[in-house]
Amino acid sequence: MKSLFALALAVFLTTAASAQMLINGAGATFPYPIYSKWFNEYAKVDPSVRFNYQSIGSGGGQKQILAETVDFGASDGPMSDENLAKAPRTLWHIPTVAGADVISYNLPGNPKLRLDGPTVANIFLGKITKWNDPAISAPNSGVSLPDQDIVVVHRSDGSGTTYIFTDYLSNVSSEWKEKVGKGTSVSWPVGLGGKGNEGVSGQIRQVPGALGYIELAYAKQNQLPYADMKNAAGNYITPSIETVTAALATATIPEDFRFSMVNPPGEKAYPIAGTTWLLVYQQQKDAAKGRKLVEFLKWAYTEGEKMATTLDYAPLPDNVQERVLKRIAQISY
Amino acid sequence: MASPSGDPASRVATKAPPSSGARWPDISFRWLALLAALTTAALIVLVGWELYRGSRQAIAQFGLNFLGSSAWDPVTDKYGAWPFIYGTLVSSLIALVIAVPLGVAAALYLTEMAPLQLRQPIVTIIEMLAAVPSVIFGLWGIFVLIPWLRDHLFVWLKHTLGFLPLFQGPIYGVSMLAGGIIIAIMILPIITSVSREILRSVPDLQREAAYALGATHWEVIRIAVLSYARRGLFGAAVLGLGRALGETMAVTMVIGNRPVISASLFAPSYTLASVIANEFTEATTDMYLNALFELGLVLLVVTILVNIVAQLMLRTLSGGASGKVN
Repeated sequence: MKSLFALALAVFLTTAASAQMLINGAGATFPYPIYSKWFNEYAKVDPSVRFNYQSIGSGGGQKQILAETVDFGASDGPMSDENLAKAPRTLWHIPTVAGADVISYNLPGNPKLRLDGPTVANIFLGKITKWNDPAISAPNSGVSLPDQDIVVVHRSDGSGTTYIFTDYLSNVSSEWKEKVGKGTSVSWPVGLGGKGNEGVSGQIRQVPGALGYIELAYAKQNQLPYADMKNAAGNYITPSIETVTAALATATIPEDFRFSMVNPPGEKAYPIAGTTWLLVYQQQKDAAKGRKLVEFLKWAYTEGEKMATTLDYAPLPDNVQERVLKRIAQISY
Repeated sequence: MASPSGDPASRVATKAPPSSGARWPDISFRWLALLAALTTAALIVLVGWELYRGSRQAIAQFGLNFLGSSAWDPVTDKYGAWPFIYGTLVSSLIALVIAVPLGVAAALYLTEMAPLQLRQPIVTIIEMLAAVPSVIFGLWGIFVLIPWLRDHLFVWLKHTLGFLPLFQGPIYGVSMLAGGIIIAIMILPIITSVSREILRSVPDLQREAAYALGATHWEVIRIAVLSYARRGLFGAAVLGLGRALGETMAVTMVIGNRPVISASLFAPSYTLASVIANEFTEATTDMYLNALFELGLVLLVVTILVNIVAQLMLRTLSGGASGKVN
């Protein structure tokens, strides 16, 4: 009897599901946990629409929204002018949440370190090779640093984490900007490549003297040591949700939202942070879908943003949120 | 037996054409089989064509320089495949050097020496290795194999064979050698089981003849078994090599992912399959995607070339004609 009931329920649910509207999205992997949480929660708010998000990577997200095979795209890096020019209609970048990269390391006792941008750039350029280099020891007067080689670890897979990190290095070091530049993958002057946050942190944990960058959320969840970074105002800042949101609040954000928020001027801003974007056409093709999408976006920026901190993402500060909501109101369908 | 009429004439169907009712299963099966064979061949051609189509822009831009260049810079859109080709070939070679002697020796033990009741359990265990997913080998590589290699084997190698350029330089753990070892473990099951089949196909007459001439156990294996099965064992190695060239996930996790060419096996390296898996998802510019497609094309061509060379070597190999695997 019970199983009969379950069967009836299953049949009911599947027929109900087939009557739902399906909105497809694809792209960035970095915000996937928060997006899937949003879609799950939103299913309770509006059961008539279901979101299907494939975290296939920013490259795929950009390609598919340009080809209009999905209703919205997502990307960890802003689209290049060249790619944006391929869009058949006006395509908007809408920032959702921000994240940060931390510099993690493996030293005896794992002391709390203080680092600044030019030093990190020189380490990744291969110009600083020893842990007891004066550039590292000067701001860390209480810490005894060993006469040991620094083993640099970076991401081997293309990722938004790398984009934020190389964006930061390009900002603080003209030599880095010239020789390497910024991107989801770059040609690294030195170092070992680890696949994913787990690959990089695995190598940092195992190789004495290793140093690398990982996502803040991952470092927090796995209790890895990470450095305080000197920001543009000259303060050493511990990475956290609050200091990343502070960075967002003081970053200069242009009209098209394709902004970089590394090294912003704020007193309490953590300098190695970046945002992730949804890619949405200003003119929606399907009116019914467009209306539902806008309703969802409005919900995401009011209710959804509140869930960000529980998943270790930094929500947009009020001033940015307001601007984004205004932009969403301009989507036509 | 399957003949519907059951009349004896159908058994000589090739000589005397029987009624059309009995012939059509023959004909249709013949066409179906032909279709299956052609589809398989067409798949390779299609894959090659698609890879070529996807990489045309990069081919036009870089030409043959793509193969010889060591640059890989997505920021400035400069691409070259040489370090990846080198990493793929060398890591596969290391894997073969380790896995072929081990696999053949294991197969020899299982066919010639092991007590009968022990053979099947060992075979099952070895074949279970083949069922372990690649990513599991990779994680095991990161957390178990690499620390052990770094703290013991590599230190020992550097200490005893450090005069060779192969075993010099800093030890990180992740390295070309670690990649080769992981691939070796992954291709061991296929080499062992194919070798075992080959050795089992050596007629007992061969062994008995050698024993009759007064050969010892080792001499029987060497003269009667190994030399008879030489071609087949070579074929087993080629099958293993085919798998080694394309191994992706586990290798990515332990090889260090650095596109450099170094004499030392302790240095990190990178393979064609790994870089495609690593960078494809986040590749946004056209030229970048084209370059990744071209790497795929290069991998396909390298695999085909290696197989052709192996077939040619197989042909020049004298010895028993039988025992050929494919």
